[in-house]
Amino acid sequence: MNIHEFQAKQLLAQYGVAVPPGEVCTSPDQARKIAERIFASGEKTVVVKSQIHAGGRGKGTFKSGFQGGVKLCKTADEVFEKAKAMLGNVLVTKQTGPEGRLVSKLLVAGAPPIKKEFYLAVLLDRASSRPLMMASREGGVDIEEVAAKRPEAIIKETIDPAVGMMPYQARKLAGALGLTGELAVSAVKLLLGVYKTWWECDASMVEINPLCIVQSPDGKDALSAVDAKIGLDDNALFRHKNLQEMRDLAEEAPLEIEASKFNLNYIKLDGNIACLVNGAGLAMATMDIIQHYGGSPANFLDVGGGASKEQVTAAFKIILSDPNVKGILVNIFGGIMQCDTIATGIVAAVKETNLHLPVVVRLEGNNVALGKKILQESGLTLTSADSMADAAQKIVRAVKK
Amino acid sequence: MSILVSSSTRVLVQGITGSFGGRHTELSLGYGTQIVAGVTPGKGGQRFENKVPIFDTVAEAVKVTGATASAIFVPPPFAADAILEAVDAAIDLVVCITEGIPVNDMVKVKRAMEGQKTRLIGPNCPGIVTPGEGRESFGGCRIGIAPGYIHKRGNVGVVSRSGTLTYEAVWQLTSRGVGQSTCVGIGGDPVNGTSHLDVIKLFNQDPDTHGIIMIGEIGGSAEEEAAEWIKKNCKKPVAGFIAGATAPPGRRMGHAGAIVSGGKGTAAAKIAAFREAGIGIAETPTVMAETLLKMM
Repeated sequence: MNIHEFQAKQLLAQYGVAVPPGEVCTSPDQARKIAERIFASGEKTVVVKSQIHAGGRGKGTFKSGFQGGVKLCKTADEVFEKAKAMLGNVLVTKQTGPEGRLVSKLLVAGAPPIKKEFYLAVLLDRASSRPLMMASREGGVDIEEVAAKRPEAIIKETIDPAVGMMPYQARKLAGALGLTGELAVSAVKLLLGVYKTWWECDASMVEINPLCIVQSPDGKDALSAVDAKIGLDDNALFRHKNLQEMRDLAEEAPLEIEASKFNLNYIKLDGNIACLVNGAGLAMATMDIIQHYGGSPANFLDVGGGASKEQVTAAFKIILSDPNVKGILVNIFGGIMQCDTIATGIVAAVKETNLHLPVVVRLEGNNVALGKKILQESGLTLTSADSMADAAQKIVRAVKK
Repeated sequence: MSILVSSSTRVLVQGITGSFGGRHTELSLGYGTQIVAGVTPGKGGQRFENKVPIFDTVAEAVKVTGATASAIFVPPPFAADAILEAVDAAIDLVVCITEGIPVNDMVKVKRAMEGQKTRLIGPNCPGIVTPGEGRESFGGCRIGIAPGYIHKRGNVGVVSRSGTLTYEAVWQLTSRGVGQSTCVGIGGDPVNGTSHLDVIKLFNQDPDTHGIIMIGEIGGSAEEEAAEWIKKNCKKPVAGFIAGATAPPGRRMGHAGAIVSGGKGTAAAKIAAFREAGIGIAETPTVMAETLLKMM
């Protein structure tokens, strides 16, 4: 699960990580009031930031034509105007796709002058099965590009989960970032806080890009997490009630929310051949084989090991809500389940959803002959296939007709 | 021969009284697997299906029955504890079927298992099957949730991150009259106990494994590591398939570990590594068995 920048900063602040003073709001009037408070505290500039779960906000464009989802302002009136232009409008960035995202929340925060930008992240290193803190002197840029072109510019510190991140590791990283004196001391507190946020919230990733040396209103240099992104481990949400409440359904595709209610794993794609499969690996492979034979998959959909009638019906309904879908490939490896039971479920689901699109069904496993017979005798336009390749070719042909 | 388990392996089941664990224990018993004990805290002294004795602790079950392998079916919040209880009881092989264990729980488990003798397979996996000699491979060792009857005793090793894709490969082999030495599902989570490479090394040493099918998917770099080792060390033909070529980056495709992030873990990179290592590439999942058999 992803959370908003303002939520990420709230969590980080709870673990002692310095973030710019700011608050979230949903109206231009609220934005003005927050800005007035921030200006009163001595800040010279206030930033208005669109809160959506996608990057590239600053360079994005609203469908209204307004440029930029992140704006620096010098007065509270300006904050009001920018907030008015952003709220209730759809922001398109390089990560949102052409449909964009509705902006309904803004973070209004102090924007002290930035003297230097760093990159900082904690994530799971899959190769060592341990947490990894990554930092770079090159912040505020696309870190994947830095990693590809100059891997030596990225400093890594692997953390032993038995003891957690030790202060010496934070000192090492601070030194490698070129921090000295008081800044190095505050960096240790900040880095340990970032790690603690990652570990205690069961995050899959904490990314602070940029982490900045800023000039505080009192004139001193200070470290501040100017932007922050946190992804959470879905598997661990059961033990974090406070984090569950941060879920923003408006940021998720409606069909994916609907699917999750039925324990279906559904991801919408751009193609026109829907697939309904049991098992994640087989579901991915089914998408791949559709493309291999010249088609284009409309979705990833794993109905789980059971493939019960209720689940298959719910799955058909979700698939049919996608107007791009021109045909459906059902691929079930019966395994433990009997193929005749699955076939009966498919037939019932097709009838219940009044389905008229071409459907190719590939069943394999126990009682497969009986399963195929049930499909054939259903009176429905279901086509049986013998293998995944046969099924993919048949549905690609049917859709092209 | 086979790897990790054989028809004489004595197996206990943690979470035997749950509906999922119970159902698959019955299926394993029906397959002829030596399920010698169950463990459910608080239900010690009872019997599963009037046959299998249930114990309160793994240590007690091991002491009384001599079990050397454990299947774990407990719910995600309790799975880390169940794995480490089995490790503490010095079980040789723990197969954790549970899906949805918090990643950091597995990070801790893996750290705690360092230097211990126990091998962990999974979590979030279909388990392991060494087919038996009987009809529909009856008499083999089935730990987990794979359908037993699709197997056949023979000489191909199968290792995969995905359950149903494993069944697909196994069934392609069996339908062609080709049997398997052992089939191992290592699971779809980002932190798992046994890697592709670990299993490939075991297959390479096993005199009764003559060829290997390796099934991978997007995410991480375990397939690349295995490919590099295979290139230098593997004496046996290996055919491979990678799922997820059409998966959009940044999305988890069902399995917690199946995600392309930061441009890493793509199907294209894994397929290139396979090709570089001389692994036969199955262009589609339909030809996994065929690709290997052409090499053998």
